[in-house]
Amino acid sequence: MQVPDDLHYTDDHEWLRREGEEATVGITAYAASELGDVVFVELPAVGATLEAAQSFGVIESVKTASDLYSPLAGEVVAVNEKLAERPELVNEDPYGEGWMIRLRLAEPAATDGLKDAQAYRQLIEAG
Amino acid sequence: MAYSPHTEQDRARMLAALGLQSVEQLFEDIPADLRANGLDLPDAQPELSLAMHLEALAARNRIGLASFLGAGAYRHHIPPTVDQVLSRGEFYTSYTPYQPEISQGTLQSIYEFQSLIAELTGLDVVSASHYDGGAATAEAALMTVRATRRERVLASRAIHRHYLDTTRTYFEGAGIQLDELPTDASGRTDLAALERELADAARPVAGVLLGQPNAFGILEQMDEGARLAHAAGALFVAVVEPVSLAVLATPADYGADICVGEGQPLGIALQYGGPYLGLLAARSVLVRQVPGRLVGRTTDIDGRRAYVMTLRAREQDIRRDKAASNICTNQALCALAATVYLATLGPHGLRDVAALGAARARELEATLAAAGAPRVHDGPYLNEFAVRVPDARSVHAELLGRGVLAGLPLADWYPADPALADALLVCATEVTTASEIQHFGAALAEVLA
Amino acid sequence: MTAVGPAARNAADPARAASGEPGQDVAGGPGEKAPLGRSVAVGPALQPTLAELSRPGRGGGKVPHPPADALDGVPPELRRRQPLALPELSEPEVIRHFVNLSQLNYAVDTGFYPLGSCTMKYNPKINEWAARLAGFAALHPLAPDELAQGTLALLWELEQWLAEISGMAAVSLQPAAGAQGELTGILMIRAHHRARGDEGRREVIVPDSSHGTNPATASMAGFRAVTVRSNDRGEVDLDALRAALGAQTAAVMLTNPSTLGLFETRIDELLAAVHEAGALAYMDGANMNAVLGRFKPGRAGFDVMHFNTHKTFSTPHGGGGPGAGPVAVNETLLPYLPGPRVLRGDDGSFRLERQDERTTSIGRVRSYAGSVGVLVRAYAYLLAHGGPGLRQVSEDAVLAANYLKSRVAQAYELPYPQACKHEFVASARRLRSETGVRMLDVAKRLIDYGFHPPTIYFPLTVEESMLVEPTETESVETLDRFADALLAIAEEARSDPQALHDAPRAAPVRRLDEATAARQPDLRWRPMTGAEPVCPS
Repeated sequence: MQVPDDLHYTDDHEWLRREGEEATVGITAYAASELGDVVFVELPAVGATLEAAQSFGVIESVKTASDLYSPLAGEVVAVNEKLAERPELVNEDPYGEGWMIRLRLAEPAATDGLKDAQAYRQLIEAG
Repeated sequence: MAYSPHTEQDRARMLAALGLQSVEQLFEDIPADLRANGLDLPDAQPELSLAMHLEALAARNRIGLASFLGAGAYRHHIPPTVDQVLSRGEFYTSYTPYQPEISQGTLQSIYEFQSLIAELTGLDVVSASHYDGGAATAEAALMTVRATRRERVLASRAIHRHYLDTTRTYFEGAGIQLDELPTDASGRTDLAALERELADAARPVAGVLLGQPNAFGILEQMDEGARLAHAAGALFVAVVEPVSLAVLATPADYGADICVGEGQPLGIALQYGGPYLGLLAARSVLVRQVPGRLVGRTTDIDGRRAYVMTLRAREQDIRRDKAASNICTNQALCALAATVYLATLGPHGLRDVAALGAARARELEATLAAAGAPRVHDGPYLNEFAVRVPDARSVHAELLGRGVLAGLPLADWYPADPALADALLVCATEVTTASEIQHFGAALAEVLA
Repeated sequence: MTAVGPAARNAADPARAASGEPGQDVAGGPGEKAPLGRSVAVGPALQPTLAELSRPGRGGGKVPHPPADALDGVPPELRRRQPLALPELSEPEVIRHFVNLSQLNYAVDTGFYPLGSCTMKYNPKINEWAARLAGFAALHPLAPDELAQGTLALLWELEQWLAEISGMAAVSLQPAAGAQGELTGILMIRAHHRARGDEGRREVIVPDSSHGTNPATASMAGFRAVTVRSNDRGEVDLDALRAALGAQTAAVMLTNPSTLGLFETRIDELLAAVHEAGALAYMDGANMNAVLGRFKPGRAGFDVMHFNTHKTFSTPHGGGGPGAGPVAVNETLLPYLPGPRVLRGDDGSFRLERQDERTTSIGRVRSYAGSVGVLVRAYAYLLAHGGPGLRQVSEDAVLAANYLKSRVAQAYELPYPQACKHEFVASARRLRSETGVRMLDVAKRLIDYGFHPPTIYFPLTVEESMLVEPTETESVETLDRFADALLAIAEEARSDPQALHDAPRAAPVRRLDEATAARQPDLRWRPMTGAEPVCPS
């Protein structure tokens, strides 16, 4: 299961890619595979302000619905509009075209509470 | 036992397989002081006595009067095709189609129901889950609240009293405000009042509900209602009677976002109130706000066309406390009745039903006016209207004695409104006969004399 | 990301009756074994839609033509703007279409339907006959009381009987379904707390094994749903419940017997804890078929419960509805019952409560008196049984479930081995780890053997679960055939797992592409208005 080294992870299987003051957020390949075929992703409005660990949306597969949590605090500056038409991108390319939101981080340095790739790999191997 | 196949030998065999002496041992998990010792109920009846008892009870109801009572539930000719299909055990003894491979009959019939109601209303998303017109209205009102994130709904007071009461009950839990709009002398909702209410920026409105025809039988200016609602950022909900859609502008025609109504007129017996069928249709953009089951067309792995319950992850068994509604039912058998009814009548038959009801109602209006009961309102109507009769309640009671069920005293629904204290709401449908109308007219003239 | 429901472990498939995995290799399916259940003849080919069958000019002759001026009273701007496009079929085509569709269904009348939590018992035919008697069927819902004495008497008597069965003080027959009964009950509890000036109770507690309707109802009634876990025995964890209870708790919703088919053996302590906290206890009566005449929830201390007439009292499931969900309450909640109630006068006549006669009522939850046609059937069922007969129903249902469970145990794990009530949970966890076969595959293979599968992946608290409810109306031979099929399938999982992955083969269609159905919803045929014929002849 792919776990890119350059990302930060949450215990709830979101990833975060820091890009200066901003960051992109999605769910991991492991999470996408556990969900099965993703059929719908509900995302927040651009401009929404999120706390760390606050729910920002819901992802649905054929027979499950799961909350999505923001890894860090920040303001939503973009959402992946493509997912409305092609939710399967979350399965096909979870770390790329299947991204979900882009945040302007409230505290860009505050990644301490997140896991690195190594720790996240251990988490999913432990099941 | 009436329906149990188990003989004493069968029971003994099962007990022996379990190593038990008595079935009592299987109930020892009930704390001793909470164990009930039987039931104080009437003795069991063999089928013959049961049938005689039920026939006697049914005979105590009086259904033979010349009836002009509608008020949301209508007498219609139900083609025998409907009950023949409903009596198929394959339909009525199956359950929610959780296993689509062996439920294609139910699934396709719901898909066809969705399609037929979409044709009737012009709105593309139809749910077959709703209990009746009242619960569908409440669910539609809640949809407007979810979709707009506003917490106030405006509804014409000329919507079926039970639908408004039901909506108020549902709103009580959710803490949402329901305000009623007044009507004018024409019997239509006062759209100037609607405009004023919508202008109150401090209390933004989620949805506006108007009936078509409304609870007085009067035809509303739905175009204008929808325009005003939309201008204020609110959704517009039409509460309709489905047979009328054969001849009246559709909810899509006048820009409704959601349409609800009572499906009973589409081939469902009156049955003293249920089971009925809540119609709920919405524009496609609202699909995720629609509560209840939806059936979609797809393919199986061999590429054959097939149907399945879809968008399931909106529902209570998956989203639990985050579901849009707790609804679990799909009112499938009632939806099947409507589907068979519409398929049997076809477009021309349904139009004839609606138009014949309108024609009979015009005869009724003329007859009652001649007998001394003029209309209350001057707005246009289709097949139901209110007439003014002095001392309406006692006239209604006297007419019962003469074999006429003279509609609904509107004071039952509007006890505080002196303008309706002497009003009877009467209707005619295609089953209303000329002689029934004459009978009503003659009896009324006698009572009023 | 966390599953919205409680059991993330089952996230791949938490709902009952799950999907297929489209796109598998389907080549080389095995030959069919002799079916053990009903004949699995595939029946007729799939049906075209009504729209495809439509030909302009067909049908008609049902009602007279109206006079030409019939609609002159309707202003032109209020009339329909496009022609009404509905299918046009002759009556023989209509009948053939729907009869053929019916034959694509599995049903209680065609075979064993052990769907746990749904009580798919036989639907007696006299019930159907009774509901169609003209006196019942043609009665207008707003008919004056004097015209409705037969139906009112029936409803009044049924209320008394359900009060006796529940051990409660009074009953409302108005709720149209179990879920609406739940909403009614929770709204009554809300009204009770409000009447005492206790507005701070914002939470409703539900066990993790509860039906999804329970937390959804709590939300709908304006409460926050709080979940408490079950213990190792599958019962509500008393300590967890005590910890969750407090001055913020409005109600606790329990299902007893639970959705695991188990009686809550410490129900008296659970209820005492609920009441000690000032909360009220709601009982989801979905599983009453196990304890008729054996356990009266009201006498045990529950404050309110609902019945599912389509589960316990044999009213047909109808492909998903209509149902009826009467609620029974104790004296505490009696003032809040929805209106109108059925009242009996001193002279023995019956009447409906008048509008606003009882100001404490929570109001209506639907139009008119309720699903009366359904209630007629429930009434007939109760009168066919009487008290001893109902007790026998529960004895037979519980005995059948325990017998079937003992046979299924030969190949499936029983997470709760103690005696069950009317249904039991078994798991294919071991089978999955040994063979890769999932409960979904077992269920689909059961279809090939001629049976409706049990409920699967519910309750959410057990992995690879099936919930089996045989009911009291299935013969021991049927139970044996079903057990034989489950055991044979477990063998197949080892010898020929592909047979399970490919199942069903002996059904009108095979597994469906549910992902596309949800991603690109096709919820209606394409509009007929102005359309070319879809299926030119």
